[in-house]
Amino acid sequence: MSEPTTALRLDVYKTYKLFVGGKFPRSESGRVYEVTDRKTGEWLANAPQGTRKDTRDAVSAARKAFGGWSGATAYNRGQILYRAAEMLQGRRDQYVAEVALSEGLTAKKAAPLVDAAVDRLVWYAGWTDKVAQIAGNANPVAGPYFNLSTPEPTGVVGVVAPQGGTGFSLLGLVSVLAPVIATGNTAVVALAPGAPLPGLSLGEVLATSDLPGGVVNLISGRTEDIAPTLASHADVNALDLAGVVAEEGPASARDLEVAAAETLKRVLRPESASHDWTTAPGTDRLLTFLETKTVWHPMGM
Amino acid sequence: MSSSSTVSGHLAASGLAEVASSEASLRRFLHGLPGIDAVGLQARAAGLGTRSIKTTAKAYAIDLAISMIDLTTLEGADTPGKVRSLCQKAKNPDPGNPDVPHTAAVCVYPDMVPFAKDALGGAPINVAAVATAFPSGRAGLPVKLADTAEAVAAGADEVDMVIDRGAFLSGRYLEIYELIAEIKKACERPDGTAAHLKVIFETGELVTYDNIRRASWLAMLAGADFIKTSTGKVTVNATPANTLVLMEAVRDFRSATGIQVGVKPAGGIRTTKDAMKYLVMVNEILGDDWLSPDWFRFGASSLLNDLLMQRQKLASGRYSGPDYVTVD
Repeated sequence: MSEPTTALRLDVYKTYKLFVGGKFPRSESGRVYEVTDRKTGEWLANAPQGTRKDTRDAVSAARKAFGGWSGATAYNRGQILYRAAEMLQGRRDQYVAEVALSEGLTAKKAAPLVDAAVDRLVWYAGWTDKVAQIAGNANPVAGPYFNLSTPEPTGVVGVVAPQGGTGFSLLGLVSVLAPVIATGNTAVVALAPGAPLPGLSLGEVLATSDLPGGVVNLISGRTEDIAPTLASHADVNALDLAGVVAEEGPASARDLEVAAAETLKRVLRPESASHDWTTAPGTDRLLTFLETKTVWHPMGM
Repeated sequence: MSSSSTVSGHLAASGLAEVASSEASLRRFLHGLPGIDAVGLQARAAGLGTRSIKTTAKAYAIDLAISMIDLTTLEGADTPGKVRSLCQKAKNPDPGNPDVPHTAAVCVYPDMVPFAKDALGGAPINVAAVATAFPSGRAGLPVKLADTAEAVAAGADEVDMVIDRGAFLSGRYLEIYELIAEIKKACERPDGTAAHLKVIFETGELVTYDNIRRASWLAMLAGADFIKTSTGKVTVNATPANTLVLMEAVRDFRSATGIQVGVKPAGGIRTTKDAMKYLVMVNEILGDDWLSPDWFRFGASSLLNDLLMQRQKLASGRYSGPDYVTVD
């Protein structure tokens, strides 16, 4: 009678859901697809199959969130990103397991990748109130004016999350997402279709980090549905093609760039599929999704 | 003048002329109207909102909806400049595309009517003025009449009046009947023509669907040219269900008297999808006779931008965004 029922207990599986507008909806289509263990091919979970409609809903949510997020002080954005790092740290074990299964690693090898993701969030949290110092300037002009250039966020950024390389499933995702939102943009992310679980779980961390709903939207599903929708949508201002792998077809970098050009988007080209996401990121991604605003102000007033 | 005599002729022919002869007979008539099954009504309204309208039908619906809009600005902070830019938008909603139809009217406060008339020039767009102590309707009759007369004298083509909901809810129906009839008279111009009278019920404050039906009949008996759901200034504005009550009332009123009255849902209609639901309702409940800007209007401000974005999507295949329409 001392240990009667433990063997009979049923596993409670997690229902992975999208993260759109601060909420966790299932896909509008109601469909899911199977996510498998990278190494053994065994079933891991059902992930929602996000559709073009889900993507458009996410773009509206991101647009709605843009005003508040871009208007928040850089200090506040930094605090929130740091809070996300704290939350991620608190759920380290879960992410280690998910990253290990998603990338076919041992838990021992996955652990430093999760730690690096936490550190990367902290690193970008520090950048929020410093980026204006390196991207802005007081310009010398021939007149009695102050002439100041300041970086402003571009708007809604579509991101194709990394689909390969060391640490792509969580560290890679954080490395492309954090620089976008650190400067005040809002993001719609197409998660890696083969390894969406760390990304879908990241939504739960962001939702409990005071991040306003809609600033980050995470969609799992077929890249060929989601990425072209982002590329052609007139209400998306920039596109990060980091994880694009297709050589041909509507989800190839070429076709996406053509679609993005129709609406004059800023585009960041794909990273190599074997990119090592543990290397120091530099400020390139941070500075890409900015626009410069220059103001003239009379001197001596 | 001739129109009002035909109206009373129609009412007499249908036996409704004596209804408003006394408080008691008016009450007997309004309370004798059939009751509304609220659950059935909501189910019917929801059912009519499920139709899928795509491609060419959607393009037609979008243009029809644009041509039915009373483009509205009713803010305390309205300025002549804001009214002028609203009028430009009414004339030419999408500056990059001259094919887009103009709206039916612009709807402003009475003191803004001269600026709107001036800005619209000869364009075939009406100027509607809200009058009678809009939005609360809490003022004495002389004030309401003066408010209306000022709007009509300034050139308003349409007058949107509010009823006194307090009087309605306390059962003083004849008072409202007489108010509407007086305002109707104040809408007449010296040359014998008259501004169109729209009567706003503020359905969100009438509590029950039965009350909305009573208010509809009351306004139509008193001579309303249009009946309108809401001011847009309270929490509950136009909903499909309460607009459906108005539609059934105008349909029944025409079959009883032969007089056709227009319907205007206002407030809370913001998306193309919402607008198309209302158009489906008009088509199903009222039919083609009402499917024109002369008989059906949307009181809206932000709806126009959503319609334009959907129109751009149909034309270009790309989903549009607020960067591609004017800020207002």
